Amino acid sequence: MAVRAGTLSIWAGAVSAALVLALTLGTLGAVVWRADGFGALGPRDWGYVWFTVWQAAASAAISVALAIPVARALARRQFWGRSALITVLGAPFILPTIVAILGLLAVFGRTGVVSEVLSWAGLEPISIFGVHGILLAHVFFNLPFATRLILQGWLAIPAERFRLAASLGFTVSDVARVLERPMLRDVVPGVFLVIFLICTTSFAVALALGGGPQATTVELAIYQAFRFDFDLSKAALLGLVQVMICVVAGALVFKVRLPSTSGVGLDRVVRRWEADGLGLRVLDALCIGLAAVFLLGPLSMIVIEGIGGVFSLPGSVLEAAWSSIWVTVVSTALCMALALSMALAVSRLSAGAGALVEGIGSLTIAASPLVMGTGLFVMIFPFADPTALSLPVTAVVNAAMALPFALRALVPAVRDLQAGYGNLSASLGISGFTWLRWVAVPRLRRPLGFGAGLAAALSMGDLGVIALFSNPDVETLPLALFRLMGAYRLEQAAAAALVLVTLSLAAFWICDRGGRVDVDV
Amino acid sequence: MNHLTLAAGLMLSATNALAETPALTVYAPDYFGSEWGPGPAIETAFEAECACDLQFVTGDLMPRIMLEGARIKADVVIGLNTDVTKQARETGLFAPHGQDTSALTMPIEWTDEIFMPFNWGYSGFVYDNTKITNPPSSFDALVNSDEDWKIVIQDPRSSFSGLALLLWVKSVYGDDAQLAWEKLAPKILTVTAGWSEAYGMFTDGEADMVFSYTTSPAYHIMAEEDLTKSAAIFEEGHYLTAELVGKIAGTDQPELADQFMSFILTDGFQMIIPEGNWSYPAKLDFEKLPETFQTLPTPPKALLYSEEEAAALRDPAVEEWLSALGR
Repeated sequence: MAVRAGTLSIWAGAVSAALVLALTLGTLGAVVWRADGFGALGPRDWGYVWFTVWQAAASAAISVALAIPVARALARRQFWGRSALITVLGAPFILPTIVAILGLLAVFGRTGVVSEVLSWAGLEPISIFGVHGILLAHVFFNLPFATRLILQGWLAIPAERFRLAASLGFTVSDVARVLERPMLRDVVPGVFLVIFLICTTSFAVALALGGGPQATTVELAIYQAFRFDFDLSKAALLGLVQVMICVVAGALVFKVRLPSTSGVGLDRVVRRWEADGLGLRVLDALCIGLAAVFLLGPLSMIVIEGIGGVFSLPGSVLEAAWSSIWVTVVSTALCMALALSMALAVSRLSAGAGALVEGIGSLTIAASPLVMGTGLFVMIFPFADPTALSLPVTAVVNAAMALPFALRALVPAVRDLQAGYGNLSASLGISGFTWLRWVAVPRLRRPLGFGAGLAAALSMGDLGVIALFSNPDVETLPLALFRLMGAYRLEQAAAAALVLVTLSLAAFWICDRGGRVDVDV
Repeated sequence: MNHLTLAAGLMLSATNALAETPALTVYAPDYFGSEWGPGPAIETAFEAECACDLQFVTGDLMPRIMLEGARIKADVVIGLNTDVTKQARETGLFAPHGQDTSALTMPIEWTDEIFMPFNWGYSGFVYDNTKITNPPSSFDALVNSDEDWKIVIQDPRSSFSGLALLLWVKSVYGDDAQLAWEKLAPKILTVTAGWSEAYGMFTDGEADMVFSYTTSPAYHIMAEEDLTKSAAIFEEGHYLTAELVGKIAGTDQPELADQFMSFILTDGFQMIIPEGNWSYPAKLDFEKLPETFQTLPTPPKALLYSEEEAAALRDPAVEEWLSALGR
């Protein structure tokens, strides 16, 4: 029976993977079919590819390097407001790019808070525009996400291990060597990959903060090919280049990663005896404090600029918020079904096949939203009116876009579950739905909640594939914001942005909290 | 696919139920059909006289037209940009507009028989007149100025306004365009993918000037009673951008489409443009413009390339721009 359950979950995972492939490579194929083949790339395009790869690698490396000490500090300290801080730190990740750009400028811009303070002290103001501006923005977006995932890894180390370590008289470096580094070796490569891939598809941020056309990414070239030249064959080729970047990066990362099974514990509060020294306390406080200031600064500016207009927001924006909530619920449910089935399949397949399924699950971040939207349009147009399907399509695409993030949260947890309870379940003959209900879901509550929270927050903030699917009568909140900005109504747009951030955070908090019910952390 | 077919079937029967009221499908840019654009008011005004259902379908026009090709569902397409109509024309999907365009209120003569303008504006640099008291009065004055102005512009590879700026510089400087860009480069704070980011940076005070339209200050004056925004007027003349409308040749509602085309040039449509689009209507007597529009300063000359010229100039001009700003 256990064998049958295993086969079933592999099948479910395979179906999910096939769906993801249809959305990524399938849409790309549809564009190629419509374009009658691939175009050619010029020297400028190769320059864009190179720039895309190196800025993404640098952004991901810095984000991860900074996230490790912050996550470690959060993992070993308990303080008032800790869980609220962790939730709020998720906000930058889901900000619409245009809102994030203006928020960052309000702090780090020529007339931003930092420059004001510097000039007040008689110093030169800083300039954010340049490669450092791109890195700053990408770290701002991704540091919280990296921190959350790495923190998740830390929390997955059973408290008993730390207890045992303390009773054996482990020092901080012993704990790092025996418990923490193996965990990081497992978690960090995947986190790096996801952030690297997000950064490869950045274009509005890279261009705006890069200070000029030297900061051109592949996605901008796709946009140009699609929107100005209407050169589908070139757009398709560039989309394929992006997928290749993803495949190569994925292969490298899975080579570096050392999967570790952290084992099974009782999920008790972790007390860290070895890290009680004053020096370490100060260090941790500093890490948390600096990260909080860096991330909350631009967020506060968004709140300050938006709060004035919130009560004068037109009714249509509230309707848009309602549509967004609906889209979010559907896409979160879909995303979690995909993610759970794929994670279960990964845990039951051989290492190679598992990595393949996981790799497929990460493809959606590297897939260009423009190519995906165009492909879907080509696929849907002969059968139905694409505009009438704008909300369902947005929900499906958002689910696919959030899938890699949910997978990152679930895969390690499911692997541990399988290693810890797989044999016992098999010997008791627990399988199928009973297994899911009594063994899997209770043990996976936390990563499920966290994954759903990420998916919900992302889905709320994502513009989706509006270029071809927008419908004047139906709008989501990000679309409403985009329309307000295009109509000079920047004050109302700022207020809509605040509503958006609040709703995203609420969605994240509800899911994440739901995952922690009955768990005393 | 079964579900999609089912969905299509359901929609089809829904359309049949409403068959007594003929529907006119108009493709428009996203901004046009949104609550803040001119679309809703135009819909109300036209439906009052046509006994029909005017339906806007919004999105990126050119990709959509090209993707749908001969199976296009639109009867009319509104909101095409002057600089990219060559591709639209070459699809062969459009029929002559059939309207008399001899009495348009535009600074240029209009002879195109396929595409007809419904609004227009001058490109221009907008600045905060409390911070800049000596605005440049020519392109030369801007590029050669010693002032440390910081300007945000849009990327001509991703934005129509960015493309308009590129063509403006080209029409003023010709073969010296790259040199002009090199001189302007130190003043360019950054380049954005779209108009909104650039304009947001300007209103947030990050940039001293933004590339937009000479009519942009009208929004601030009329909607916000803010008199601090002005457009710099250049003596060489300003590049003109117009938005166009075209009738689909294969429309199954030819009479309604014609009725809509002629409605576009009436006051009922044109009066909606200034505050719906913050641009000049293509055919409206000066005294019927809102007072603020009447008082806006205008350049001495309008510059505009034909679509053939614009299409031929674009790629080399983008190359010059990239070389000059590529630092």
